[in-house]
Amino acid sequence: MNKPAIPNSFRTGPDEKGMFGIFGGRFVAETLMPLILDLERHWNEVKNDADFRAELTDLSTHYAGRPSKLYFAEGLTRHLGGAKVYFKREDLNHTGSHKINNCLGQILLAKRMGKKRIIAETGAGQHGVASATVAARFGFPCVVYMGATDVARQSPNVFRMKLLGAEVRPVTAGHGTLKDAMNEALRDWVTNVEDTYYLIGTAAGPHPYPELVRDFQSVIGIEARAQILEQEGRLPDTIIAAVGGGSNAIGLFHPFLDDKEVRIIGIEAGGRGLDGIEHCASMNAGAPGVLHGNRTYLLQNADGQIMDGHSISAGLDYPGVGPEHSWLRDSGRVEYVPILDDEALEAFKLTTRVEGIIPALESAHAIAHAVKIVPAMNKDQIVIVNLSGRGDKDVHTVASMLGMEI
Amino acid sequence: MVTRIDRRMAKLKTEGRPALVTYFMGGDPDYDTSLSIMKALPGAGADIIELGMPFSDPMADGPAIQAAGLRALKGGQTLVKTLKMAAEFRTGDNETPIVLMGYYNPIYIYGVDRFLTDAIASGIDGLIVVDLPPEMDEELCIPALKAGINFIRLATPTTDDKRLPKVLQNTSGFVYYVSMTGITGSALADTGKVAAAVKRIKGHTGLPVCVGFGVKTAEQARVIGANADGVVVGTAIVNAVANVLGPKGEKTADPAEAVATLVSGLAQGVRSARLAAAE
Repeated sequence: MNKPAIPNSFRTGPDEKGMFGIFGGRFVAETLMPLILDLERHWNEVKNDADFRAELTDLSTHYAGRPSKLYFAEGLTRHLGGAKVYFKREDLNHTGSHKINNCLGQILLAKRMGKKRIIAETGAGQHGVASATVAARFGFPCVVYMGATDVARQSPNVFRMKLLGAEVRPVTAGHGTLKDAMNEALRDWVTNVEDTYYLIGTAAGPHPYPELVRDFQSVIGIEARAQILEQEGRLPDTIIAAVGGGSNAIGLFHPFLDDKEVRIIGIEAGGRGLDGIEHCASMNAGAPGVLHGNRTYLLQNADGQIMDGHSISAGLDYPGVGPEHSWLRDSGRVEYVPILDDEALEAFKLTTRVEGIIPALESAHAIAHAVKIVPAMNKDQIVIVNLSGRGDKDVHTVASMLGMEI
Repeated sequence: MVTRIDRRMAKLKTEGRPALVTYFMGGDPDYDTSLSIMKALPGAGADIIELGMPFSDPMADGPAIQAAGLRALKGGQTLVKTLKMAAEFRTGDNETPIVLMGYYNPIYIYGVDRFLTDAIASGIDGLIVVDLPPEMDEELCIPALKAGINFIRLATPTTDDKRLPKVLQNTSGFVYYVSMTGITGSALADTGKVAAAVKRIKGHTGLPVCVGFGVKTAEQARVIGANADGVVVGTAIVNAVANVLGPKGEKTADPAEAVATLVSGLAQGVRSARLAAAE
């Protein structure tokens, strides 16, 4: 792959065709094309609309609890003995993760478009819970597609969705994970085109989803940038976030992309190692291809068939990644590195012990990389890790990994 | 450039009847069986063959075609083998048009230029690629047209009059009208609405219009065929294969014979279509 020329700004994408370089686009069936164009039209109307922004800001403040704190993780910093580590506390948001940021934005969009029904896909269940939450708040019926494997390993979130009034439909195709849930959500959408809004949870899918999800999540980076300037008087040296589809990561990264002095690192799920097939490191071990409406790095075989990946973290268990990440990878602006299941688990335990914070296994991947690089950094340097969600949902998974029963 | 599809459609027009377009999944349940199904299709009355290219994530397909694709992939089918199957078929039949149908990623990974070269060498006449709308024409549609392969586009109930010209612009061979919003294998839509939609599309193009999604029986083929230039049957054929496979995938009867029996009945349906319409 030829490396694209370095642009003047990394923050101008996508182009009018929805492309980030060769990535992104609108690879969907004709039935969905008019819907996607309609969504794009409405999105272009609202994205700079003051009333829409005001309504979203009000909900973000009083319903979701924004701004989320930028917390100096003193215990972890002391333990690692290097750079100062800050956590962007998305785990403190209503529903327990960054997913609510996107769901509030999209539910307001669905309302404006006059849609009557919400569908969503979910992996870890965080997006499913956030979707069910905003659907309850705004009075929409909601169907959440979730892989059968994920239904089993994220049972607390399944129960939460049902309490919130959503219907959870388990998907048994494939390995029963996020990829299969997304296929099934698209089949629902292609069938119920008149009244249904597809609330995609990550910065992937056909244009304009990668752009609009990124914009709704960019509140993370906008806040973090202002907060670190206020608390430390300067920008961080390094920012780190975990990447499944990549919505929390693009949300943190995007406002920093043109700050050349800030090193940006995305963490992929290394699973049981990149030598085999049990990982989800599409940008480290995959190749560009077309799936779920966009061109992006994918785990696939030589025949172009998509592989089922593996990760201890259901939220990272996806064989693709948002197209903007693929472009940032090829352009060299962002580094993407894998973290293994075991390393994430150690970081999970460490954070719980030295910070009194139980992180989501997704976020634990990002912390694990900080654990690797922070000790070699100077004490006056600063690292921000996106603590994208809380780990209550993962206690069953962790217990079984540790050989315990709860 | 005149393709086998153009010639076949012109011939059927003189006969005054619609085409029977038959979809089956390449490699389901294995290469040899699938090739025997393909070879049986023209004799049973199929006018055009749609050869399905299996894909791991068929987002627009219902459970039957999803399962068929998985059986084929499990049986070792690849795009290389699907092209080989077409080429083997061509050694015995140089007239029946072959349309490859599937999703873009396997073609993209194969390489578009190499794919088009090999497709022509294998006797492929047209392509239906579900996830390439006109907005992505530069990917494959334009190169295919330049190479002399028809690019057949799907028009759907959501394709309104404003959008139709864009959909039809680079379409050739025929237009595939998807009779409803939904996945393959769902129930057939109201036939009156389908007839009106075909008429609407014909107001925008001189190309033949074939109708698919939901056609399962000879009677349905006859009713749809009364107003369309062709009737596409897919899920029913795929089911005919599945029905003669046991729980472990073993054959309980000859799949090619099962498909031929079904297609013969459907062929009678389309052959009585215009007669019925004239009554």
